[in-house]
Amino acid sequence: MELITPDFGLLFWMTLAFGIVFFILAKFAFPVINEMLKKREEEIETALENAEMHRQEIKNMQADKNKIIAEAKEEKDKIISDGRRIHDNMIEEAKTKAEEENRRIIDQAMEVIEHERMAATTDIKNQIADISIKVAEKVLMKKLESDQEQLDYINRLLEEIENRNQIS
Amino acid sequence: MINNFFKLTDIRKTLVIVLSLMCFVLFINDDVHAYDNVHSDNIEEIEHEECEKLDAGKLIFDHILDSYDWHIMTWKGKHISVSLPIIVHSEGELYVFSSKHLHHGHEYVTHDKHGGEVKFIIPEEGMYEGNVVRVCSDGTLARPFDISITKTVCGLFVSCTLLVVIFLIVASSYRKRGIKAPKGIQALIEPLVIYVRDEIAKPNIGKHYEKYLPYLLTIFFFIIFNNVLGLIPFFPFGANVTGNIAVTAVLALFTFFITNLTGKKHYYKDIFNTPGVPWWLKFPLPLMPIVEVVGCFVKPFVLAIRLFANITAGHIVVLGFICMIFILGEMSAAAGGAISVVSLLLAVFVDCLELLVAFIQAYVFTLLSALYFGAAAKEEH
Repeated sequence: MELITPDFGLLFWMTLAFGIVFFILAKFAFPVINEMLKKREEEIETALENAEMHRQEIKNMQADKNKIIAEAKEEKDKIISDGRRIHDNMIEEAKTKAEEENRRIIDQAMEVIEHERMAATTDIKNQIADISIKVAEKVLMKKLESDQEQLDYINRLLEEIENRNQIS
Repeated sequence: MINNFFKLTDIRKTLVIVLSLMCFVLFINDDVHAYDNVHSDNIEEIEHEECEKLDAGKLIFDHILDSYDWHIMTWKGKHISVSLPIIVHSEGELYVFSSKHLHHGHEYVTHDKHGGEVKFIIPEEGMYEGNVVRVCSDGTLARPFDISITKTVCGLFVSCTLLVVIFLIVASSYRKRGIKAPKGIQALIEPLVIYVRDEIAKPNIGKHYEKYLPYLLTIFFFIIFNNVLGLIPFFPFGANVTGNIAVTAVLALFTFFITNLTGKKHYYKDIFNTPGVPWWLKFPLPLMPIVEVVGCFVKPFVLAIRLFANITAGHIVVLGFICMIFILGEMSAAAGGAISVVSLLLAVFVDCLELLVAFIQAYVFTLLSALYFGAAAKEEH
């Protein structure tokens, strides 16, 4: 058997064996394997794409969430500041109202006091007049004793009183 | 019933049956001719000549070259080998007999259908050395049409069977597991399949790569299986299959025919009217077309030679290192013992290197085939 001359028998068997192996593998083995490999690769690719899509979605949602939170915060701040303002206003209002009321009450009281004072003054005046008349009467009682002049004076006084009564 | 039976019969079971049948045929190589009344074991033991000097060259070439029997080992001076069937076709008749009748230049005498005597012999020297020849009535030798199951053919059958079994198992597990992650032997094969597809077929062939992919995968795994099995030194492996020129020649021829039969218009235009060269290289004397056409034949030739030479060289080097122990051992036991450590280490190293070469050669053969297919499948832009 020679080293570099191909032997016919071996060529024959090799062609046959390799042909059969090639036929079997190319018909029953490799199509299945390649198809499955392809399928798997496609599956992985779509899975990756989906994952990327979902990641993007989640990112968007996160952004939305953040936006919503920011808006809510703003809203909250606004509400709080509004509340505070309203509260302040109310206090202010109440204060002014109270002050007004106070002043009104004080004014009223002043008026009443004035009125009372006036009445009291009149009362006191009258009482003084009364008392002075009584005092004068007592004083006069002693002097009014027959004297014309004194009679005249008394008449005059009477007139005066009468006038005063007429006025009042 | 029959349909059910076939449905139930798994591919694997069928393969086991086929494999056993094959072994049966290989080992029962007697009794083909009724008058062949020699009965003995297949594994025969032959008296070994005493104190035979070790001939390293002969030993190595006995391994590298094909033979009609498969020598397993020599135990206590006796050769243990499997005699393989000889199938020859001579003068219109087919003769099948065991090679054990032809050991040591013995003649095998049988009869043709007319009752005439027919003699076969394996000469130990001369132009037919080591081949079965028919001794004609006038004493001249004639080489018959010889399709014997030799050692290489036997090794080829073993690796082909293994290849088919493994790939059918892998295919069935793909069918079963679908697109799930690969498991077991499937996980071993899958990276290689993907490697051939993505690194060899796709970049070199282009968009028509799918048409060529089964062939590329087949040659890749065929070569790698035979290379690696050739490195296993135990029966029924270790036959030098890809280190045989006939085997690599057939592989190269397949590549050659596929390239040229699937060649598109553009491919042939490039050959007969090579673009980009001056006209005087083509016109009165068609130099370039001649070069291109010769190139078509040289390419597969080189493919065959490269694979054959690489694998053969590897086997020679490993055996050389091992033989060195015995050559020096014959001189003195001490030298043999001393060199055995070095030789063994070197042999292990070369074996590892051969493992790498086994892969690289499979890769190179597939890559170059893919390149040729790429040129053939290219279309005009």
